[in-house]
This record gives sequence, structure tokens and C-alpha cells, in this order.
Amino acid sequence: MNTGEAVVFWICAILAVSGAVGMVISRKAVHSALWIALTMINLAILYVANSAPFLGMVQIVVYTGAVMMLFLFVLMVVGVDSSDSLIETIKGQRIPALLLTLGLGILLVWGIGSSLTGAPDAGLEQANTIDGGNVQGIAHLLFTSYLIPFEATSALLITAAMGAMVLAHRERWVVKPTQKMLSIARFRTGGHPGNLPNPGIYARHNAVDTPALLPDGTPLPESIPAPVRARADIAPVDHVDLHDVRAISEGHSK
Amino acid sequence: MNPSNYIVLSAMLFSIGGIGVLVRRNAIIVFMSVELMLNAANLAFVCFARMNGSLDGQVVAFFVMVVAASEVVVGLALIVTVFRTRRSASVDEPNLLKY
Repeated sequence: MNTGEAVVFWICAILAVSGAVGMVISRKAVHSALWIALTMINLAILYVANSAPFLGMVQIVVYTGAVMMLFLFVLMVVGVDSSDSLIETIKGQRIPALLLTLGLGILLVWGIGSSLTGAPDAGLEQANTIDGGNVQGIAHLLFTSYLIPFEATSALLITAAMGAMVLAHRERWVVKPTQKMLSIARFRTGGHPGNLPNPGIYARHNAVDTPALLPDGTPLPESIPAPVRARADIAPVDHVDLHDVRAISEGHSK
Repeated sequence: MNPSNYIVLSAMLFSIGGIGVLVRRNAIIVFMSVELMLNAANLAFVCFARMNGSLDGQVVAFFVMVVAASEVVVGLALIVTVFRTRRSASVDEPNLLKY
């Protein structure tokens, strides 16, 4: 491992571990998703540093591209603010779980780390050049010695797609209302045929609270949009204004 | 500094993912932790491939990615289905098969 790789390793390793820790301790699931995306990208860089450029690209495309977007999509379906409940179903489970996993981590790091001090570092330069490149080398292995597992993954992918469709499919229990049924239902309860009249626009102030006027000069409250009507924000009809408007529209100036 | 640093990093990420699976209750975060553990194993595979000078480890990591992708699809569909019936994404909610 030369100096450049060491620099890349330490930067990416620190970022990856901080992303993982942030993923575990974030209260909101969206923040967790963003933290783990950071970890995935840094792992991709580490793959490339390990002379696995193909896997690095696949990592970015599949994980940060497809998988994390799927996670975010499901987060939006489930509700962004669905944070953790603090109720423990099994009492006192958190602390022992935390301690035991930390113990597992120390055991793994210590045991594996100390057993690998004199490990070989053959490097992949020869294996990557023998077929003309990393992608060609992986393709060679995939279509010769790993052909049967490779074919099996296609069955797995199709099964997974089918499973997702079956699980996410919702059967329609009631008939989908047609346009005819909708219009019958609307007029049976006395709905208005066609559009409601527009508010009377005299562009002097907040125009949508100005009611339209009937031919006899009385205001028509239905012409005010329902939310404005609900908060009783209907402007009174100012007959002096009306006189001005009529005079302007008839071409006389005051 | 030798390539076993990658293995140590992989072990650390794996343990952090394990903590996430055991401590968090939100099903989606548990699921992301499982993904983190799979990625840690992938890093170990890639590093072993480099240490032994053979591409087999990279092919295995590739298979792990394929399996992880299909696992994510089915698992997220399960989460959506459970959420639709129970209105909750907590892993403690689906307890009807408990006894």
C-alpha cells in the first residue's frame, strides 16, 4: 500500500465510519438514509482503490442510485416523520444489545486485525491485465466458472420482482366510479351545474374577496372562493366604487 | 500499513450495522443497517481478492450486490404492506404471530 492509497484509505475510512455512526444515531429516517449514502459512496472509492473499478461503479449505480432512492421513496410513502418509538417491547434490551455488539466489533477488529499482520498482498495487476481489464476479467469468471450461480441470480431477480409486485398490489374492493356515476352523484345532492361564477374583479385590492354582482346589483356570495368565504373575508360592495367602474367602462372620465 | 486495514474497517462497519439492527426500532433504519452489514462484507471480499491476487472475491461481491438488491425490493414491499395494515413502520408492531 503506497502513500497515495494510504491517504485515500484514511479519508474514506473516517468518512465511511462517521456515515455509519450517523446512520445509527440519527433520529429521523431521512437523515439516516443520507448518512448511509455517504458511507456507500466512500465504500465505492475504496473499491476503486482496491483495483476493483467495476465494483466501484456498480456500487454507486446500484446502491447510491437505485437502492437509496428506493429507500427514500418508501420513506416518503411511510411518512417522513415516523421516528423511533421509545417503548421497549423486550425490557432492557437496548443496553445489552449495544454492549454485546460492541463486544463483537472489538472481537472482530482485534482478532482479525491481529491475525492479518503478515498477510499477503499479491495485488490484482496481473489478474486485471490477463484478460485486458478488470471488467473483462470479471466477465471471464462470470461466464465460465460462475455461470450456474449467474444464471441462478436471474431467477432470483425475476422472483424478487414478482414478489414485490404481489406484495405491493392492492385489490380493488369497490367498483371504480365512472364519470357518469360521478355526475349522477353530484347532481343528486343539488350540485351546481358547470363552473361557479368568478369573483367580481375590480383590481383595487385583494380581488378574490370581491363578490360578483347579479344584474340587479346584489352581491353573489358563491362567487367567492370557498376558503375565503369560510373565514368570512367578503368585501362589502362599495356603490361609489361601482359608480366609478361603470363610468370608466362607459368611457367617461370623472 | 497493509491491506488488513480494509478488513478492520469492514469489521467496524459490520459491527455498527449490527448495533443499528439490534437497537433501532424503525423498520427502514433496521433495513439500512442490514445493507451496511452487506456492504461491509463486500469490502472484505474485495480486499481478500486483492490480497490473493485473484478476481474471485470481486465476483462474489458482485453476487452479494445482486442478492442485496433483490432483498431490498422484497423487504421494502413487505414494509409498505405492513405499514398499510398497521399504520406503523416499527419492527415491534407486527406481533400477532408472537404466541
